[in-house]
Amino acid sequence: MAYSIKVNGVVHQLDVDGDMPLLWALRDVLGMTGTKFACGQGLCGCCTVHLNGSAVRSCQTAVSAAAGQNVTTIEGLSPDGMHPVQVAWREHNVPQCGYCQSGQIMQAASLLKDSPKPTDAQIDESMSGNICRCGTYPRIRAAIKDASAKMGRA
Amino acid sequence: MNSNHYLKRQPLAKRQPPAILNVSRRGFLKGVGAGALVLSVGLPSRARADEPKYAGEGMGNGLRDDPKLFVAVGADGIVTITNIRAEMGQGIRTGIAIVIADELEADWSKVKVVQAVGNEPKYGNQDTDGSRSTRHHFKAWRHMGASVRTMLEQAAAKQWGVPASQVHAKNHEVVHAPTSRKLGYGQLATAASAMSVPDKGSVKLKDPSQFRYIGTGKVPLIDGMDITMGKAVYGQDAKLDGMLFAVIARAPVHGGSIASYDAAATLKFPGVVKVVTIDPAPIPGAYQPKGGVAVIAKNTWAAMKGRQLLKVTWNDGPNASYNSDAYQKGLEAAVKEPGKVVRNNGDATAALAGAAKKVTADYYIPLLAHVPMEPPAALARVADGKAEIWACVQGPQAGVDNVAQRLGLKPENVTVHQTLLGGGFGRKSKVDFIVEAALLSKAMEGTPVKVVWTREDDVQHDYYHAVSAEHIEAGLDGSGKVVGWLHRSAAPSIFSIFMPDPKHEQPLELGMGLVDMPFAIPNVRVENPEAAAHTRIGWFRSVYNVPHAFAIQSFAAELAHAAGKDPKDFLLELVGPARQLNNHTDLADSWNYGEDPAKYPYDTARLRGVIEAVAKGANWGQKLPQGEGMGIAAHRSFATYTAAVVRVAVKDGKLTIPRVDVAIDCGPQVNPDRVRAQMEGSAIMGVAIATLGEITFKDGRAVQDNFDSFQVTRLNGAPREVHVHMIPAKNWDQPLGGAGEPGLPPIAPALCNAIFAATGKRIRTLPIRDQLKRA
Repeated sequence: MAYSIKVNGVVHQLDVDGDMPLLWALRDVLGMTGTKFACGQGLCGCCTVHLNGSAVRSCQTAVSAAAGQNVTTIEGLSPDGMHPVQVAWREHNVPQCGYCQSGQIMQAASLLKDSPKPTDAQIDESMSGNICRCGTYPRIRAAIKDASAKMGRA
Repeated sequence: MNSNHYLKRQPLAKRQPPAILNVSRRGFLKGVGAGALVLSVGLPSRARADEPKYAGEGMGNGLRDDPKLFVAVGADGIVTITNIRAEMGQGIRTGIAIVIADELEADWSKVKVVQAVGNEPKYGNQDTDGSRSTRHHFKAWRHMGASVRTMLEQAAAKQWGVPASQVHAKNHEVVHAPTSRKLGYGQLATAASAMSVPDKGSVKLKDPSQFRYIGTGKVPLIDGMDITMGKAVYGQDAKLDGMLFAVIARAPVHGGSIASYDAAATLKFPGVVKVVTIDPAPIPGAYQPKGGVAVIAKNTWAAMKGRQLLKVTWNDGPNASYNSDAYQKGLEAAVKEPGKVVRNNGDATAALAGAAKKVTADYYIPLLAHVPMEPPAALARVADGKAEIWACVQGPQAGVDNVAQRLGLKPENVTVHQTLLGGGFGRKSKVDFIVEAALLSKAMEGTPVKVVWTREDDVQHDYYHAVSAEHIEAGLDGSGKVVGWLHRSAAPSIFSIFMPDPKHEQPLELGMGLVDMPFAIPNVRVENPEAAAHTRIGWFRSVYNVPHAFAIQSFAAELAHAAGKDPKDFLLELVGPARQLNNHTDLADSWNYGEDPAKYPYDTARLRGVIEAVAKGANWGQKLPQGEGMGIAAHRSFATYTAAVVRVAVKDGKLTIPRVDVAIDCGPQVNPDRVRAQMEGSAIMGVAIATLGEITFKDGRAVQDNFDSFQVTRLNGAPREVHVHMIPAKNWDQPLGGAGEPGLPPIAPALCNAIFAATGKRIRTLPIRDQLKRA
């Protein structure tokens, strides 16, 4: 059957098995490869997107579960890459290989939406589901604090 | 170290969306428009065959420095730089642009970097490993930038009819100061392209005081915008119209093959198109794929589901009885007995026998998986006798060669495009996944096929970092001075994938911190007992430096304790006075990372320098609260000197790492921010190796398969602070060292030395995991 899903403000009709994870619908069916595949088990956070504004792992969210709802991916976080988290990420030169950073940025944006002034403990709690093998964690922490300050000023 | 809930696999949510904590193309296939200044290619320079070749000249297919190959200026003024090394997080795409753009006096906003296809006969060596891209190319890049700048200046002088000495290039323009005339680089591009490349000796390099990008840290990452917007294209993201997706069930045991399979259920799954078998390459298989059954489908998920439905029976072959527990016992027993002597100075046996005090210790590091965040992936289109491939590969020429060999194609008919790499760490040097994609596209008669490795594939079919057992004995005289040293190291060799298993570490492996141990000890004996390989072994960031440094630098602290001395002071005493050791003649190291020992001696002054710098930076010797401790370790690798101080707190068996300090002396730093980033990342990967990482085998099969069973450090287990202390280069002519790997080796020993300082417990077997909880 066809599922109707709004991705970054655009409604798509997806004629796929309802059990297909949203990750593969985004990547293989819609060709939106900003959302990354890395573990397929909800263990690493690389595939993080927003479902109705909150971070979810798209590899463990069935298309049937996302039907009729609003999905935001890294491509839709901002039109111009100027979301405060994206800006802070560039100012701190956070990425090394960059592969996990779509997920890190989406997770951090969700954290800051819920907790505009996160404590270190809240950063630990929210961000420890997102693995970075390059080891950019100190800069991720610094960039989140900086983005928080930017959003406070805005 | 980690809260457990992150390690729990999430079930697929079919109805309710799973809330997470919180509490929370560019035209990929579009050709690069050639600029006006793309000229014909000269012949490679010839080296005299009787001279040993070092550095870039000593690499396969050598080093090319023809500016016409790598730099183009378009009529629109855009400078296009062709990068021949893999970008896998080390920042090479930014680094090459920094150097060439600086010497070219280019405006950073008008600089583009494009990736070369694999073609070493044309471009020279393209293999990205060994921490040598910038180390080998810095001078060549400077000359390329300066040559093109000179050609633009000459073109402007000719156009104005003035002597070239009266013009100079400045920020993307050539200026004639006496008349205040200016011409932009775009306006000069066509005329400059008619100029011949100036003789290398005549090209004037910039005075380093005039550098605007080199060494300043003032440029953003060249791919920063793409990465933060989700536009960066990795191997997993490669696409072609009409492509199919494949996952492969591979032989679970090294050297195994398919006995029989039943794909009936697989073929019924919606979206599955075809099932194809791949024959295994016999051991040693080098970079050729393990055999298996491939499921080709209209999307990755259907291929994965189809694979679950396969019924495959395997012939396990010669490694079916490989169990890593038994293997560990064998390795640990082997280093208790004499082995092949690989270095011998003085008489260590006599010195140990006559010592006032003898200290002995054994260390163990298990197999490790690389687990780059992006699992391997390759997209191939094989049709009409030609193969075109897009892949996250560290060495694209290996892709060309292996595809040509396996498919019976001419190398010139195989094109390998290099995408960004979502991490490499050595895994993506091995091109088995590229050959798989090519075989499958051929089987699909030219339909493009993308082979996707899942995380399970990646963890279970890696070319693992070698397991290692290390045994060290040292004798101290009455004053606490070390008079004799015996080190036995046993580890399966990487060369076992390329040739009949040599069962001994080869010169390149021995030269990674084992035989090049620099301590000022009169009697040194190093032995290498036999160790066979039962799975694919491959290089992993820092390679054999990791176990060698773990053993030697842990043992140095154990000796300090035995001698009743401060570990930092004792380490300096071991290193001894400042002297320059020739790796070949003084240290029984015939490799020296491929560098000329005259240019790159083992300089103990520099090792002392990083030890002193890191101790100062970490405020070594400060009073710490109960349950906290600091440990120190230092190492030379990849022609760079690093030292680390790790500070730990251990409470109720729980380890936290408030701070890591790292000092690095790598000579000149083209992009200090990326050197710093490599040290930060190495500190965290070092913590992962020390605390969590272990691959085990049962009945020839890897036991772990994803991030719950093969764990890596997460943000909550990472050092809270990493402070990097850079030793300034003497000058810009000083030979460069590597940066990608040297940060890793000192971390695990410094961490275990810190744990000893905090608790009195000595960790000799990695990973630490719950060892601190045991009584």
